[in-house]
Amino acid sequence: MSEKVGVEYNVDGGNFTRAGYASSEIKKILKKLNVDMGIIKRTVVATYEGEVNIVAHAYSGTIYADIDTERVRIVLRDEGPGIPDIEQAMEEGFSTASSQVREMGFGAGMGLPNMKKNADVMNISSEVGKGTTVEIILYFKQIASS
Amino acid sequence: MEMQEPGEGKCPEKPDKMKVKNLAEVLDARIVCGDHLADHAIEVAFASDLMSDVLTLKNDNVLLITGLANVQTIRTAEMSDISCIIFARNKKASPEMIGLARENDMVLLECRYSVFKTCGLLYQAGVQPIF
Repeated sequence: MSEKVGVEYNVDGGNFTRAGYASSEIKKILKKLNVDMGIIKRTVVATYEGEVNIVAHAYSGTIYADIDTERVRIVLRDEGPGIPDIEQAMEEGFSTASSQVREMGFGAGMGLPNMKKNADVMNISSEVGKGTTVEIILYFKQIASS
Repeated sequence: MEMQEPGEGKCPEKPDKMKVKNLAEVLDARIVCGDHLADHAIEVAFASDLMSDVLTLKNDNVLLITGLANVQTIRTAEMSDISCIIFARNKKASPEMIGLARENDMVLLECRYSVFKTCGLLYQAGVQPIF
């Protein structure tokens, strides 16, 4: 992989039929770049969790992926109600999802914690009434801890 | 500790890996797409209607047994590298689901049994649980 790859996808809030499209496209790109299958799985699971969160909670959003020789970085940015208490939102089992979201097989309060488990780095910022941004980074090689 | 010969300690009636076509026979299930994967071997199975749980699985070659039939079931399987799904409780795969499954080279089966009976029959036939 010699060049940096950058792609961006729009995500519609409430559109469950299309949820997963962006994650699927990112998976195809990572496969083409011959990224390790285990890293692809962790990346797309985390991205898909975030994509479902945008569809479930926000009005609209974008998913941006940039990939270089060392890592894949995904930024999920939405316009939506925001998260008043991020620490609480990170707790497994905490959920504000609607019954519609639960009927789709989600909304168990596992999305954000699972994103964190799969990513090497996860940063989340949110403003109530404006929206939420989640950044995840996965490194292709294990970086030795200092 | 005594060394075990390969295969020792395993129940002889239970094959190591079942194939998709064997699953279909055991469950009297219908393969609705992915016939060409009939010889695909299954290592382990997991049953859930909660896709959030499915997304936490680390294993490869997982068979998903579910009563949740919607597009997100297929998307979840796509992200989790699951290539075989059994829809229990007589749930049907929609044309959209089948289209997405074909794109991702998955095999989908429809079965009239409950999730409980489906799991019971597959367990009896030697399909292993993840945990």
